[in-house]
Amino acid sequence: MLTQLLSGDFPRSRALTAILIAIFVLLALAPFLFPGTKPLNVAAKICYFIVLVASYDLLLGYTGIVSFAHTMFFGIGGYGVGLALYNWDASWLAVLAGLVVALAVSIVLSLVIGLVSLRVRTIFFAMITLAVASAFAILASQLSSLTGGEDGRSFSVPTLLRPSFRLFEGEVLGVAFTGRIVVYYLVFFLSLALFLTMIRIVNSPFGRVLQAIRENTFRAEAIGYRTVVYRTIANCLGAGMATMAGALMALWLRYIGPDTSLSFAIMIDILLMVVIGGMGTMYGAAIGATIFILAQNYLQSLMGLASKSLEGLPLLPKLLHPDRWLLWLGVLFILSVYFFPTGIVGKLRRK
Amino acid sequence: MAEPLLSLSGVNTKIGRYHILHGVDFAVPKGGITMLLGRNGAGKTTTLRTIMGLWRAAEGSIRFEGTDLARLSTPEIARLGIAYVPENMGIFADLTVRENLVLATRERAPDPRRLQWIFGLFPALEKFYALAAGALSGGQKQMLSIARAIIEPRKLMLVDEPTKGLAPSIIRNMIAAFRELKRTETTILLVEQNFMFAESLGDGVAVMDDGKIRHTGAMQALAADRDLQQRLLGLHLDAHQ
Repeated sequence: MLTQLLSGDFPRSRALTAILIAIFVLLALAPFLFPGTKPLNVAAKICYFIVLVASYDLLLGYTGIVSFAHTMFFGIGGYGVGLALYNWDASWLAVLAGLVVALAVSIVLSLVIGLVSLRVRTIFFAMITLAVASAFAILASQLSSLTGGEDGRSFSVPTLLRPSFRLFEGEVLGVAFTGRIVVYYLVFFLSLALFLTMIRIVNSPFGRVLQAIRENTFRAEAIGYRTVVYRTIANCLGAGMATMAGALMALWLRYIGPDTSLSFAIMIDILLMVVIGGMGTMYGAAIGATIFILAQNYLQSLMGLASKSLEGLPLLPKLLHPDRWLLWLGVLFILSVYFFPTGIVGKLRRK
Repeated sequence: MAEPLLSLSGVNTKIGRYHILHGVDFAVPKGGITMLLGRNGAGKTTTLRTIMGLWRAAEGSIRFEGTDLARLSTPEIARLGIAYVPENMGIFADLTVRENLVLATRERAPDPRRLQWIFGLFPALEKFYALAAGALSGGQKQMLSIARAIIEPRKLMLVDEPTKGLAPSIIRNMIAAFRELKRTETTILLVEQNFMFAESLGDGVAVMDDGKIRHTGAMQALAADRDLQQRLLGLHLDAHQ
C-alpha cells in the first residue's frame, strides 16, 4: 500500500522519514493543533506551496529546465478560479469551469513556449520564460476591468467553504468545524494527491527519461528519445500542477491579485525552496516549502522575542531587531547552501 | 560484392568555424568488427558523432541499409537499430544500473534472457544492479555503457575508445565481450587507439588522418605490415608488442 502510494520512492533516511512524518501529521491536524487564523493560513500556504515547489522541481531538478514562468501558471490557476467565482455565482460549477479554462490556457501556453523555445540553450529558454511571465504580469495588471488590476479581485466561494458554514453543530476536538476547516482539508487532501501524483510521475519510466535528459541530452537522444517532446511534456505537466496550486490558493484566500500569484518575488521564493530542500527530490520540495514559509512567517516574531530578551546587551538586540528579518533569512539561506549544497534531503540521504 | 551495411561518401563536417571532416569515404560491411584508427584529432570521434547525427554533415551522404542518415534526427537514427557507445563512459550517473538498462530498452523491463547473457559478459553489472551508476568504477561504467548498447539486439554499434583509461585486466574482459558480440553477428564500428586491442578484434580497418580516410583494408594485413603502421599511425615497431 505505502509502496504503491510512494511509487517505491521511500525517503531512504531515518531523519528524513521522521521530518516528513512530522510535517504530514502537523499539517493533517493543523486546524485542531493550531486553531488560530495565522497558523491555519501558514499551514494552508505550506500545502499549496508544496505542490507549487514540487512542480517546479519537476522542471528544474528532474528535467534541467530553468523556467521563470512558473508563477505565471500559478497565477493563471488563481485567476481562472477567482474570476469565474467573481463573475458567475459562487458555485462548484464555477470553480470547475474556472479550473478547466485555466488548465487549458496553461497547457496551451506551456506547449507553445516549449515547442518554440525548448530547442534553444537553457539560458535563452530561461530568458524567454522571463519575458513571457513579465508580459503576462503586466497584462493582468493592465486589464483592470477583467482582473481588478493591481487591487485584484475578492470573491465568494461555494457555501460549503464559507467561514459562516458549520459542517457539524457542535465542536470537534474543541474546535468549531467551519467552512474554513472544510476548505483547509480540501487544500490539504488535493495537495497530498497532487504531490503523490508527482512522485508517481518522476518514478515512472517517463520520469527516468527526464532524469537522463537532465544529465545528458545528447546521450538520451542517442538512445532514441526525442528530448524536445519529453521536455515539452514535462513543461506542460509542471504548468498544469502549478495551475492546480494556484486554484487551491484562490479557494483558500478568496482573493486573487498580482502580488499573491504573479510577482517575481514568489518566483525567487520557489527557487530558494527547491534549493534549500534539495533539487531532484520531491521530498525536498515538501521540506523546502515548509521551512521557508515557517521562516517567512515566524522568523520576525522569533527575532522580536530574542531581541527583547537580550535587551541591555550591546549590539545583539539591534542585530536581532524584527525589522532585520530579511537579512537573517538571507543569512539562513547562505548557511543552508554552504552546509547542504545538495539540499537538506541530499545531505540526509548521504548520511 | 554485397551491399555494405553503412557507407559514408564525401562526408564533410564543420563544427563552428572549424572544418573537421574533409570528404570521408568508407564502408562498413555487414557482420564483424571494423576498426577506425588514427592519431588524436584525426576526426574519428567526429565521424561517429556525424553518423549518429549529433553533428550534422555539411556535405556528403551517410547511407545505412539504403536510408540516408544525414536527413534524420539522432533519435530517428537510433531507432533504426544503431547504438552509440560514447567515449568517457557515457552512462547516466544518477540512475541505477537497472534504470540505465531499462532506459535503453525503451520498455518497462529488459528481456530476462538477454539480461542474463549480459550478466554473463559483465558479471559486475549483476552484482551492482541496484546501485547508482555513478558509484561504479571506471571499468564497470564502461561495461554498463556497452551493456546499454546491446540490451536489445542492434544492427550496428558505434563504439568510441572503449579501452580508454582502463586497466589491462578490464581490457582483456572487454576483448572477450566483443568476441562474444562478434559471434552474435552484430556489426561494430569501433574507434580505438590501443593497437593491440584493435589487432585482436578487427576484421576490417579504416585509418584516418587530418579529417580524411588514408587507408582501408583488412586488419590482419595492417597488423602484418609494420611499415604501413609506421606511415599511417606513427607506431614504432615495439609499440604494440
